Amino acid sequence: MSPAKRYFLSATGLTAFLIFWETVARSGLIEPHLLPPPSTLPATLASEAGLGIWQAMVWASLRHYTIGLLVGSILGVSLGVCVALFPMVEASQAWLARVFRPIPPLAWIPFAIIWFGISETAAAFIISIGIFWINYFTSIAAVQAVDKDLIEVARAFGHRSFFALLRKVILPGAAPGILSGLRAGLGQGWMTVVAAELFGIPGIGQRMIEASGLLASEVVVLYMFSIALLYGVSDYIFVRVQDRILEWQR
Amino acid sequence: MATVIHTKDLAVSFDGHTPVFEGLNVAVERGEFVTVVGVSGAGKSTLLRVIADLIPPFRGSVSVDVPSDSSKRPIAMVFQAANLMPWRRVANNITLGLEELDVSAALKRKRVDWTLNLVGLEGYGDRWPYQLSGGQRQRIGIARALAVNPDILLMDEPFGALDAITRTGLQDELLHIWKETGKSILFVTHDIEEAVYLGDRVLLLGDRPGRIVEEYKIKLSRKSRRGGAAFLAQVERVKKGLQAAITASAV
Repeated sequence: MSPAKRYFLSATGLTAFLIFWETVARSGLIEPHLLPPPSTLPATLASEAGLGIWQAMVWASLRHYTIGLLVGSILGVSLGVCVALFPMVEASQAWLARVFRPIPPLAWIPFAIIWFGISETAAAFIISIGIFWINYFTSIAAVQAVDKDLIEVARAFGHRSFFALLRKVILPGAAPGILSGLRAGLGQGWMTVVAAELFGIPGIGQRMIEASGLLASEVVVLYMFSIALLYGVSDYIFVRVQDRILEWQR
Repeated sequence: MATVIHTKDLAVSFDGHTPVFEGLNVAVERGEFVTVVGVSGAGKSTLLRVIADLIPPFRGSVSVDVPSDSSKRPIAMVFQAANLMPWRRVANNITLGLEELDVSAALKRKRVDWTLNLVGLEGYGDRWPYQLSGGQRQRIGIARALAVNPDILLMDEPFGALDAITRTGLQDELLHIWKETGKSILFVTHDIEEAVYLGDRVLLLGDRPGRIVEEYKIKLSRKSRRGGAAFLAQVERVKKGLQAAITASAV
């Protein structure tokens, strides 16, 4: 399929969906507050942005998200790399990871509040948990999958120290896997942003709960689409950077 | 002639008990092209790896006697799969071994140009490995080894994975490079014709325990080798020797 045709079909799919939604919402079969038509979104955005709420909420969520993303990604990748490199570390973490991994990020909300109060730190903490595990496990797998023959080649050509091998072979070899983990974490982070703000920390999530309490469902939809937009933009930028870094791949 | 590689009663073991080979005495003279064939599992690749100091000897010793020079490595190795770093452009693959040496950036560039020229791939420096054919990758593997200006080249079935035509071409190129640079070469292969075609001497490695069971001096001039009757007779002799070694190891 040609790229142009692909774009056309993708755009058609989305447009058809919006038209269908608009038609159903306007048909009178469903109460407007149960399903606001998408045509109300521009006016809703104008009113939210006019009051400065939209900017404030998006900015706040972006802050929680970015901090959680950085903390979760950095810890996940660096610990994951260590686990893959050192058998002693690997053995020490095996049961620990088995105990903690299945606990969903949202189950940490009570402790987030006890430890950090109703604060931005609490939201960032919850967001970082899901991101951490994704990066942790993909980094372990990525480092373990590095071609051992290339390590031998580097040693044969004089790179004998641990740090030389790490820098010249292990990290570049694991880069594709690590980057795919980072990208998955990027998406996972947005999924927990809303939940992490539900308990009263200002941000998109809190605003959505407020709006649903007032049955202002068009405001809820506005913020749902705002998250989709933020995710789309951050993922697009990430993929551009990733393609540059992984230029050497077919 | 001076001996550049000398192994004395060499044994290697991976588990610390059973040796892969035992009591191995191999000598390579300066400028000599020695090929090694043998029963599979006799430790041909292992021999190269212990000489390259990639694995330690279990018993015995390896001595490498070449003048020391901080701008070169005494030994360089060419691997069966070219094993280029896929994230490095061709030129950066070639300079892999220069990074730990006392070599200026200008000299690095010179070595890249010189080795690319030797292997017939001028102008390929900016490509990625995935853009090369199997034969081209193996040529870059050879260029990478030559770039450190080694006295000794260890080659581990470097042409084993290539098609016949590419292989024949690379064999002749290797002979040309060898004559041009005067390197000492220890070349492992499972292809007896290749061993007889390339070598001044062919060593036949038997197993259980691995040891040198036979040594053939190839006196034919290289021009008369490919396809000539005397060459084929020589190949037959080595084949018979290998057959006998296999039979002996099966008993």
